[in-house]
Amino acid sequence: MAERGSGRPDPGVAPAATTARDRRLEREAVRRQRARRGATIAAVSTIVVLGGFTALILTSPGWDEVQRTFFSPEDFAEVFPEVLEAFWLDIRVFMVVEVVVLVLGLVVAIARLAKAPALFPVRMLAVVYTDVFRGVPTILLIYLIGFGIPALDLEGLPTEPVVLGGIALALSYGAYVAEVYRAGLRSIHPGQREAGLSIGLTESQAMRHVVLPQAVRRVGPPLLNDFIALQKDVALISVLGVAGEAFRVAQIEAQSTFNYTPLLAAALLYLCITIPMARLLDWWDSPERARG
Amino acid sequence: MSAPVIEIRGVTKAFGDLEVLKGVDLEVAEHEAVALIGASGSGKSTLLRCIDLLEDIDDGDIFLDSEVITDPSVDTVGVRRKLGVVFQAYNLFPHLNVIDNVTLGLVRAGDTNREEAEAQALKVLARFGLEGRERERPDNLSGGQQQRVAIARAFAARPRAMLLDEVTSALDPELVGEVLRAVRDLRSEGVTMLLATHEMGFAKEVADRVGFLHEGRLLEIGPPAQLLEDPQEPETKKFLRRLLEAGRA
Repeated sequence: MAERGSGRPDPGVAPAATTARDRRLEREAVRRQRARRGATIAAVSTIVVLGGFTALILTSPGWDEVQRTFFSPEDFAEVFPEVLEAFWLDIRVFMVVEVVVLVLGLVVAIARLAKAPALFPVRMLAVVYTDVFRGVPTILLIYLIGFGIPALDLEGLPTEPVVLGGIALALSYGAYVAEVYRAGLRSIHPGQREAGLSIGLTESQAMRHVVLPQAVRRVGPPLLNDFIALQKDVALISVLGVAGEAFRVAQIEAQSTFNYTPLLAAALLYLCITIPMARLLDWWDSPERARG
Repeated sequence: MSAPVIEIRGVTKAFGDLEVLKGVDLEVAEHEAVALIGASGSGKSTLLRCIDLLEDIDDGDIFLDSEVITDPSVDTVGVRRKLGVVFQAYNLFPHLNVIDNVTLGLVRAGDTNREEAEAQALKVLARFGLEGRERERPDNLSGGQQQRVAIARAFAARPRAMLLDEVTSALDPELVGEVLRAVRDLRSEGVTMLLATHEMGFAKEVADRVGFLHEGRLLEIGPPAQLLEDPQEPETKKFLRRLLEAGRA
């Protein structure tokens, strides 16, 4: 800053310092003013856009009807406790399936990257698994497993719809998550594995202590992304007639009253879980955190 | 004279059609430092990687303390535990702090317990001027500091020989000195080492013998004064003249 003034003749040291200080204050004032103006513009444009949008909907000819069927406060108050209670089942299914998916995906990813010739069948199996289960729509898988397994009539196999639905979800998401892990493992520079080997680690020690911890850190954000999707897809197991599942409960309510407000209550509950997860994902992915 | 620590006999190595090593013979005696010089692609790094069994050789044999290490039946992990490698790009473990970088091998590969390993690591880190940095992440260190951590990591288990692969090539010029000082320090203790280098002055100072690799062959090897000032092979002369012109010698 001081250098700027040195081009022209200075009357003395003290005045030069004052002008430098003045210039700084001036710059700060302009910057503050700009920031204020920016905030005002943002606020006004938000009000105009959102207000216009709301006005458009509220003045639409069918609004009264829509409000009655989707946003009825009385219906909402009536069904919300019931849907909330049912949502607890969704959360439990989600949490169990999530843990299974994390383990299954990792095992499949490592199996796919195994190089030993003796492990060829394992590698093959892992490839077929990811190809098939990633390629089949989740809802189809839920039908196939949910209705197919009990139809086999075999002893010892689960018949509970909620368990079968959970298995189908785990198999479907396990395939996605395996690919996420695999991408993470492959993104770690081969020099890391070699450095591990060079200090005397075995291949599996180098994987466990050197490559895997770095890969898991790297795939956190995409994994979280898959979990947001999984959280929503828990609703799919309602097709098996899982009693007490939030979407199912809301659906039954909606069908008995010809009012869709219960579904909205369920949607709100899903958002209560998925939005915090999305923010967590943002935080995880933020450049500030990456430096830490 | 006792048997060499490292003995390389007729080693060849090709990547596909590209022959990188075309029959290399070399011995490194106990307490000896041998520097390998040569252009990029002459096979210096590949030779070091073959010794640490990071690459499979195609033909020939490599011996460590008179035992062949390049047979398929050999326990590669056991061999690597006797060798310390420092890579050009440091290859520190970024998810571990400095001291854990050093102790990982001691704890997992050796039979040292955690406390012993930590004590050992602190000592070796202090020796390379890294006291106070033990709990830092490698990312927070300068390149010179990172490479010194890598040297400490490779040296902590007291290997039979150190293999240094152009340890200063990735560094800014002002950081080269501190890393060379660390190598000199190892040298003063009589650590057996084989190093690939681009630093001719350093090779001259630290090595007992300097070998010139050219297109996968060890063209000549001898005391530094002789090889660097009075080379016999025309290719060696050409290489050294080019370095001189580039101001690197």
